[in-house]
Parts: sequence; C-alpha cells; structure tokens
Amino acid sequence: MAEKPRLSRQAMCDRLAMEFQDGWIVNLGVGMPTLCSNYVDPTKSLVFHSENGVIGYGPLAKPEEVDRHLVNAGGQNVTAVPGMAIVHHADSFALIRKGMLDVTVMGAYEVAENGDFANWRIPPRKGGGIGGAMDLAACAKRVFIALEHATREGKSRLLKRCTLPVTAPGVVKLVATDLGLFAVTPQGFQLREYAPGWTPEEIQELTEARLSIADDLREFRRRDQA
Amino acid sequence: MQNKIYQTFDEAVADVPDGSVFMSPGFGGVGLPRNLLAALNRQGAKNLTGISNNAGTVDAKVDVGTLVAAGQVKKMVCAFTAPTHPSQVTPFVRMYNNNEVDAELVPQGTLAERIRAAASGIGAFYTPASVGTELAAGKEHREINGRMYVLEYPLHADYAFIRAWKADTFGNLQFRLAQRNFNPIMAMAARITIVEVENDIVAAGDLDPDQIHVSGVYVDRLVRIPPPPDGIWD
Repeated sequence: MAEKPRLSRQAMCDRLAMEFQDGWIVNLGVGMPTLCSNYVDPTKSLVFHSENGVIGYGPLAKPEEVDRHLVNAGGQNVTAVPGMAIVHHADSFALIRKGMLDVTVMGAYEVAENGDFANWRIPPRKGGGIGGAMDLAACAKRVFIALEHATREGKSRLLKRCTLPVTAPGVVKLVATDLGLFAVTPQGFQLREYAPGWTPEEIQELTEARLSIADDLREFRRRDQA
Repeated sequence: MQNKIYQTFDEAVADVPDGSVFMSPGFGGVGLPRNLLAALNRQGAKNLTGISNNAGTVDAKVDVGTLVAAGQVKKMVCAFTAPTHPSQVTPFVRMYNNNEVDAELVPQGTLAERIRAAASGIGAFYTPASVGTELAAGKEHREINGRMYVLEYPLHADYAFIRAWKADTFGNLQFRLAQRNFNPIMAMAARITIVEVENDIVAAGDLDPDQIHVSGVYVDRLVRIPPPPDGIWD
C-alpha cells in the first residue's frame, strides 16, 4: 500500500481534547497525552489534575515564569491558575479512586476491543513502569488512549485481546491513533473518524481487531473543525 | 523539651543502622531530601530498604538512586522498576536487571495509601487499583457493593527523610506547592522523622497553627539547609 499521510500526535491529542466538556477534571498522562493541553477551547473551563496533588494547574511555565516548587506529573514546570489547590499524594489518589476524574488520557502499547489496555510492562523484560496508571485506569470515569496505530514493525496495536500484561481490564472508551478515532463499544472497536485520504477498508487492513463503522462516519476532525 | 535541631546532615543521620527501612519523598525532583540522602550516602549504612515513588533518575543529582548505585540498598518498594523510555535506564534498573537489588512494584496510589495506612494505624485496606492485573495475583480479593477490590497492607519505616519549606523548633512543618507530594504521609508513617528545611527554623508559635501540614509530634530532627555550595537546593 502506498504511504499515505498519517495524523500527527498533536492532531490525535487535539481530537481527544475536543471531547472534554466544560467543568471536567482531567488527568493527562506523561508524554504524548500532555499535548491535549495545547488544545484550548475558550468556551470550556477544565481543571487539570496531576498525581502529585496539584489540582488546577495551567500551561507550561515560560523560563521567566518557572517556580521550582510547581511541577506536573511529568516533572515539567507548570503555572498556577486561579483556584489551584495542593493536596498530598495520598489525598491526590483518594480523589482519583473516588472517581472524581472525568477523564484520564494515557498512552499505551496495546488496546483491545474489550476495553483492556496495556502500558506498563513488556515481558520478558524485568519490572515495569506503572506510576499512577493502574489507579487512574481503574477509577477515572473515562479512559481515553492516544497511541500509534501500529508498531514500528507494522503490527497492529488495536487487538482482539491484549498480548501484554494489562493495566486495567475493560475500561477504555475512546482511542485516537494516527489513522482515526475509535470508540470501544460492547461490539468492539467502532471507527468513527478516519484520517484524511484513508478508507475504512484500508484502516481495517492495518487493524487486527474487527472494526464496525459508525453510521455518522466522517473525516477526522481537526482543530479548526471542532 | 528535647532539642530537635541538628547542625549538620551528617549528625542527623549518624545513627541509621544497617538494615534500616527508609522513606524518601519527592516527585519530579521537587520535595526530595537530597541533602539527607547525600549524608546517608557518606554515612555508608548498608542493606537498606527504600520506599519511594521511583528509584532514582538518569540525572547526576543525589537521589535514592545514589544509594542504590553505591550498593547500600538491598530492596526498593516503588512505582517504577523499568524505564518509561529506553533512554531512561538508571543505575537501579541496570542493577535490578542483574539481580543486584530486589524490588516490589506498587501502583502509585496504592503506595501512597499504604504509607498513609502506616501513618494512621490502619491494619489494611481494600482498593480497586490493580484488580484484574498480574500485580493483584495471589492477593486477597473481596467484592463490596458489586465492585471487586484487592487487600493491601501498610508500609512502615524506621526513618523518613523529609524536605520542608518551613519549620518551627517544635518540628511543625509546612510545604510549598508540589513540594508536598509524599512528604506529609511519610513524615507521619516512620518511627524516626528527619527533616531538611529550606527556611530558617522559627520559634514554636511563629507558624500559624491552622497552616501546619505535619504536626511536630511526628518530627524528631531538623536541619536547616545551608546556602550553596554546602547545601543542595535543586
């Protein structure tokens, strides 16, 4: 198949961020998901929560704005916004476990059509990097995943069943890849939006899991089409 | 009343014996007791068990990884035992892969709650985190109101090394912004709590009682961080 342009990471994260609703409490995972905060809809007011107990932080700090005591979950210096509050780590995760987060956005190695996903361990490598992912995945109201559609070797990351140890079973609601937007339904993955220039058949060909097609299938919405 | 103020970090950690269990807070490098860890590194205690969010980073700054790399730590209890990115292989990860240090991997919220359980006299608790994953295998499960939970036990420690913003002579502590992270719960969980303080230690009564994050009853030793280069500030 000829190489067609794929969606950028920023476009993927923009699209997930378009789903955020006014007043939502949002937790963005380290790495790609932090790009979601670059999508700003002035009609919506969001509360960004970070695992280290910062509730209500703002954009990344410019060099002259850096406060050495204020970082997000990735250790990046962020700015304070009016209404920010600080709690300790146990209270920060109490908030998570209570189900206060409207959405958590994470990266992943794999997502399965039953809503399982894997992002913490690659056997036979020893150990894993969990951080707060298991707490977030088990307890947030919604789990959104941003990931490349295929591995570097071209293997589908959207699977019938995860092959890697799962982070939480049956929790994923929405997935953005560089080929489109996919809802996880009781019937499995549903293609809702396709990357410009791609057909559903071409996307299916690169996907191990069986895709159903949304009735209102459309082209992937970009920042200026929200 | 007992004098809690020590002049040097070395004096404050001098009695930490081999085999101790210690807690080290810090997240994203903020609120991390680098001065006390550096002193413990100089002191040389061995066979330590460390409880911390991670086991050090790839930068050259002093952290728990400094003790691991020096062979002072036999086991880490933490939320990361593999790098989140291939470029982030720390001394701990290398040693863990070579079976030179042991580790228990714990989801971060469970880690925090296990510390709080130790700090608050709770015998165990049920959490939904990790249910359905290999980390919950072999643990006691219980369905409560239709939801499955896994039983987790407290994490106790002999020593907590703490980094605070302000303190008074009684040991009452205040933290600033994201510096707080694991500091309050670790300060309250350990048997002996040693604190490095970023500001001059004020007289008891000079901090507003309504603005205290950790009561001085939990705090045993305080050291004011000296200006650089003697003190480590970031």
